[in-house]
Amino acid sequence: MQEEIIFAGFGGQGVLFAGQLLAYTALAEGKHVTWIPSYGPEMRGGTANCTVVVSDEPIGSPVTKHPSIAVVFNNPSLEKYEELVKPGGLLVVNQSLITIETHRTDITIVRIPATALASEMGDVRLTNMLLFSAMLAQRPVVSLETAQEVLLEKLGARKAEMHALNLAALARGWELGREATPASESA
Amino acid sequence: MTISAVEEKVVYQRPESLSDVPTHYCPGCTHGIAHRLVAEVLDELGVRERTIGIAPVGCSVFAYKYFNVDSAVAAHGRAPAMATGIKRVLPDRVVFTYQGDGDLAAIGLAEIVHAATRGENITTIFINNAIYGMTGGQMAPTTLPGQHTTSSPGGRDIEITGFPVRMAELLAGLTGTAYVARRSLHNVKEINRAKKAIRTAFETQLAGLGFAMVELLSSCPTNWHLSPPEALQWIEDYMVPYYPLSDYKVIEPVQDLMKR
Amino acid sequence: MAVELMKGNVALAEAAICAGVQAYFGYPITPQTELLEHMAKRMPELGRAFVQAESEVAAINMVYGAACAGVRAMTSSSSPGISLMQEGFSYIAASEVPCVVVDVMRGGPGLGNIQPSQSDYFQLTRSAGHGDYHAIALAPASVQEAIDLMGLAFDLADKYRHLVFVVADGLIGQMMEPAELPPMQPITRRHDDWALTGADGRAPHVITSLQLNAPDLEALNQRLQAKLRIIHDTEQRSTEMLTDDAQLVVVGFGTAGRIAQTAVQQARREGMKVGLFRPITLWPFPEKRLSALADQVSAFLVVEMNTGQMIEDVRLAAGGQVPVTFYGRTGGVVPVPEEIYDAIRDLYRKLQSRPARE
Repeated sequence: MQEEIIFAGFGGQGVLFAGQLLAYTALAEGKHVTWIPSYGPEMRGGTANCTVVVSDEPIGSPVTKHPSIAVVFNNPSLEKYEELVKPGGLLVVNQSLITIETHRTDITIVRIPATALASEMGDVRLTNMLLFSAMLAQRPVVSLETAQEVLLEKLGARKAEMHALNLAALARGWELGREATPASESA
Repeated sequence: MTISAVEEKVVYQRPESLSDVPTHYCPGCTHGIAHRLVAEVLDELGVRERTIGIAPVGCSVFAYKYFNVDSAVAAHGRAPAMATGIKRVLPDRVVFTYQGDGDLAAIGLAEIVHAATRGENITTIFINNAIYGMTGGQMAPTTLPGQHTTSSPGGRDIEITGFPVRMAELLAGLTGTAYVARRSLHNVKEINRAKKAIRTAFETQLAGLGFAMVELLSSCPTNWHLSPPEALQWIEDYMVPYYPLSDYKVIEPVQDLMKR
Repeated sequence: MAVELMKGNVALAEAAICAGVQAYFGYPITPQTELLEHMAKRMPELGRAFVQAESEVAAINMVYGAACAGVRAMTSSSSPGISLMQEGFSYIAASEVPCVVVDVMRGGPGLGNIQPSQSDYFQLTRSAGHGDYHAIALAPASVQEAIDLMGLAFDLADKYRHLVFVVADGLIGQMMEPAELPPMQPITRRHDDWALTGADGRAPHVITSLQLNAPDLEALNQRLQAKLRIIHDTEQRSTEMLTDDAQLVVVGFGTAGRIAQTAVQQARREGMKVGLFRPITLWPFPEKRLSALADQVSAFLVVEMNTGQMIEDVRLAAGGQVPVTFYGRTGGVVPVPEEIYDAIRDLYRKLQSRPARE
């Protein structure tokens, strides 16, 4: 098994952290993993993306032109990465902020109103967790259970309510990801 | 022949901190005096065995041959950076730099200013002779307005070259410095005052009080095209008025040291 | 030590700490700044020296000073900062004091950009500063290898009293990957026979790169060259995969070599007899092994994140026996396996259409 996952969005949307959670979880499951951020001169608010490769074998290239999964948080990211996902791959779309229509029919496309849901749940910063677990529901690159454990560990000594909120977001994203009718199947 | 019948009293001898070798300095150059003063102070403070000196690029590049202490030669202007590296890993050693005006006030300005502002616990002996000696008499950052050098052949024109740098005043303005003084080597009285300042500068380091620099107005008869006595007179007549002799920075704990 | 997810820059810093580095001096520059930041926190915790210098020029001269005192000392920077340090490199090499320098390369020339690059190859392997010498240059391709080579860098620096570069790039510096640190080495006093520690009960030690007398300087150079010949003969390191029956061998170092690995594996799946050769020492270049491979293969394809620098060493090693071709991206563009695969496939087809080599 090898998956190449790109998380892409605006800086501040938790794009890099979503990738790191995947990387830490993969490590916890004894898998090989690499995590690479895009890094630019902007400290805040610019575009951000990261590439995570998870594999059962030692990883050669940590970069790829054609990821098997792309999780896109905003319009520019969709425009860039929809084209690049491998045939048969997965595209997870943040329905709340993405207004552009998708057109690929050879990949699975899942739309989650993540930003709106996160706001409803009380913290817009949960957007990344919703999209992350929706991705896992479609492609179990790592298990949700391990991801939950790792997330709690990474949140560390923060308030218990933060723990609860994040776990709830992971659970909700997972449900939505499971329920979602992939666009390629409905097409 | 034995002269044991005559009672001898040593009144003058080579300090242990000076090596027993002839120097390459020109006749009348005051580097030799400055070396001796530093060596006497190291002897008197009893620190020769734990002293590390950093020589510059310039006429005193061979200072490592003349000081009987562990030494390194820095790249041009970088002695304060090298001294920082040594002092940070050997804080109980005495570390000093010996630098000329091209080295310290031109190419090494960033290094001296930052070593000073960090308050590095080192001592800097700064020889200001208003000229590049080793390369044959070019204009230095401390060359006086109107002074003839091989690269200011019509005399230093401040309209073109700007003004000389007064390093003691500049470094004294930095919060990080503990002791900054300017002295001169042009006569016995000033030489004695210079030695006291050098001693204070090393005592400042020994007490862990931070950065200390003594600027010494020095002669270069060869490149000034003057005889040695004329050169000393030139310091008094031209350099001292432009570079006043004074203590520019003496933090309170150093003042206490000086009273002792 | 456990396997943990570590960023390359942080891993390099912590590996140096494990190797007993006692003094770090540096100046912030992307994409290596996390290394400096990690040192800023850790070195004072451990009672070791850390100074954020006023420039890379000052930083390398602080390293020079600390190394003269006989301790393990290092700095890190990225390409433009490495250019500024060249003065110090030359003095360090001439004075024969051990120092380690990390270059997390970025796109150049000039201010360039902050994206990954390998365009400092010439600078680091030919003569990193004026004068007649080479520094040792070690090029990791993963976070774990970065850790391992950091320890080796200090050992080689001490063994040969020489300057050692660890040559990474922005991608290795920024990448997180599982890796394991070695145990913390005890700090030991080294080099009492020449280090500057104070002339207590012995004649003064002097460290200088000045030799005004030409025959003396020639003798110093000959001594340096004798040392470099030993390093050249004994320290060549490389790794390879799938080369046994390879007709085409891809040669790449660091990140480029690692990305090429995926392309080589893809080509193998398509039935092409392709292998990978990855130099670990850039100087000394692993020419012994590469010239042995030149007897076997039909061609080399050199892949670099520059416009073709290491290819000169590959050509020298190949000795004109086989064609040496090039694929590279530069300016901070990181090649993806797909484009390297295309270059492999095109070259392989050409080789197939030629009569087989005797």
